[in-house]
Amino acid sequence: MIREQTIIDGCTDTPASVSVYDRSRRRLLITGIRAFWGLITAALGVPAAHYLLSTPKSRVADEWAGIGDAAMLPAGRPVEVVFHRNGADAWKKTEEKLTAWVTRGLDSKVLAFGPRCTHLGCAHHWDDTQRQFVCPCHNSRFSIAGDVVAGPASRPLDRYQVKLESGKVFIGKLTRSDQIL
Amino acid sequence: MKSLRNITTWLEDRTGVRSATIQFLNEYIPGSSGWRQVFGSVALFLLLVQGFTGILLALNYAPIPGDAYNSVRYILIEMTGGKLVRGLHHWGSSLLIIVIFLHLTQVFLYGAYKKPRELTWISGVGLLLLALTFGLTGYLLPWDNRAYWGTIVTTQIASHAPLVGPYVLDLMGAKSGVGVLTLTRFYGLHVMVLPAAIMLLVLFHVYLVRRHGVAPTPRDHSLSKKQFYPEQVFKDTVAIFIAFTILFALAVLVHVPLSQIADQADSTYIPRPEWYFLFLFQLLKFFQGPLEVVGSVILPSCAIIALILVPFVDRGKIVYVAKRGMAFVFVGLAFGAWTALTLAAMATTPTPLVSIDYSRSTDWIRASPAELLARSGSDTQNVPEFAMRGASIYQQHHCSACHLVNGTGERIGPPLNGLSKRRSRSWIEAHFSDPAKLSPGSIMPRFKLSRQQTADLTSYLLSLEGE
Repeated sequence: MIREQTIIDGCTDTPASVSVYDRSRRRLLITGIRAFWGLITAALGVPAAHYLLSTPKSRVADEWAGIGDAAMLPAGRPVEVVFHRNGADAWKKTEEKLTAWVTRGLDSKVLAFGPRCTHLGCAHHWDDTQRQFVCPCHNSRFSIAGDVVAGPASRPLDRYQVKLESGKVFIGKLTRSDQIL
Repeated sequence: MKSLRNITTWLEDRTGVRSATIQFLNEYIPGSSGWRQVFGSVALFLLLVQGFTGILLALNYAPIPGDAYNSVRYILIEMTGGKLVRGLHHWGSSLLIIVIFLHLTQVFLYGAYKKPRELTWISGVGLLLLALTFGLTGYLLPWDNRAYWGTIVTTQIASHAPLVGPYVLDLMGAKSGVGVLTLTRFYGLHVMVLPAAIMLLVLFHVYLVRRHGVAPTPRDHSLSKKQFYPEQVFKDTVAIFIAFTILFALAVLVHVPLSQIADQADSTYIPRPEWYFLFLFQLLKFFQGPLEVVGSVILPSCAIIALILVPFVDRGKIVYVAKRGMAFVFVGLAFGAWTALTLAAMATTPTPLVSIDYSRSTDWIRASPAELLARSGSDTQNVPEFAMRGASIYQQHHCSACHLVNGTGERIGPPLNGLSKRRSRSWIEAHFSDPAKLSPGSIMPRFKLSRQQTADLTSYLLSLEGE
């Protein structure tokens, strides 16, 4: 333990004769050094951690992309719709090209599904003869409502937020189905 | 505790790190050493802070014109603590230069550069030059008007250097103006070449200090030596803490300017270099025509060479600092000349016509004039010329930092759609040159626009439809 202490104090050859005053002064200096460096480390470290880990404030409101009149959509048969939407990737303004499978139900409710299978992200498509969404990769199948019918996929198809304004369909953010309220 | 000791013992047996640290800390230094020797440590500390904050900034920065500016604004507006990190880096560079000069002055006054410490001195001069080059290259990176026009002047001065001028200009990628190449190369220098160079030179400098020991004074003949730790380390730490407190306070309290995005068509911008280069800027004014190169290249080069030659000119034995009258005279003259030149330069620095804080949160992903008009629903093909010109003036002056047009901008000032229903043309035109006169209490800055610009901008604003 004696050896440990001398090493921490950084001096192995302190003469045994040093006075009590010198010893306590030495201890005070060492405490001071540690305290100052502790403060500096905290003052730099905490903001740095915040800077690196906090989610940047988003300034871009979710944009809604208009895809046309709801009446143009065939009832009960999903169609593939390609649309453009402005977005932001950090400081860059982007124009994304996106795909949705849009369905107008018999109750006139419009659903828009994301184009990727929820299993491994392959592009699925609507098979009109089987009346299912079919993924060519591992044969996952989804109903017209997006629910898993067969195959390895574990959750329903992702859905875009959809709103109808005076008969026109607008598509918003893509969300996981289990997160749509 | 026991396992910790096991780990340190294991590490010690394999690397010798503990005994090396102890040896380092227990170095004997002259008995006269004390507060005057803290500047070297403070400079090293500030350099490390620059490295740390520089890495943080580099993680969110793109060295491409346009993107560079937008990414800096992204750091300032979007990132938590981004303003603080940039503040630390910005003020840290100024503080580092100051501390390096304090260190240099102390060493000079005490004659600590004398045999066998000539190379310690020369490597120190090298470190000073590297620090200044850091400042010069870093100045361009925000890619705002200040950065762009300042660098135009820098590259022009460099191009006038005898013989090497054109090659230096080529190396800086600035042959046909400051552009993509210049920014990329300055960035490469700033984050790769200079850090590597300064690290190696710092190592060499510190190695030499250790090899020859801290320079003694004549008094040390009668004083016994003392250990570096903890007495001197404590003094260094206190000095570092004071410097850090000043730096932190500056970063928090003093706003770091970001002017509008670099605009090569802006003929109104009057560039000024960073404050520690202002004396060079002023010096140039004394040399005109063919003599210009004397002020821009020859005199500064002579000063650097003189600095390097100091230990070979002053070769006597180390004496008491009080007996070094000539050294004090030199320092006094140099400081006096520097201050006079800097003050003279500051006196001619115009206060900016418009100072808008571009680090404020706005819809700052800049919409182009065409886009602004497109959002208003009109087709850009059919937009009259005056409106395009007016919209571009509107954009150049960042009017959207305060005003709202077609849904873009801020609501600090009144929205401008439908202005024609509220104000006459003559009122609007008069308003630009002195807003407070026509709207008492208005915080809108004065804009000095040409008559044509005023007319175009006003026509554009009057053409905006709306409520």
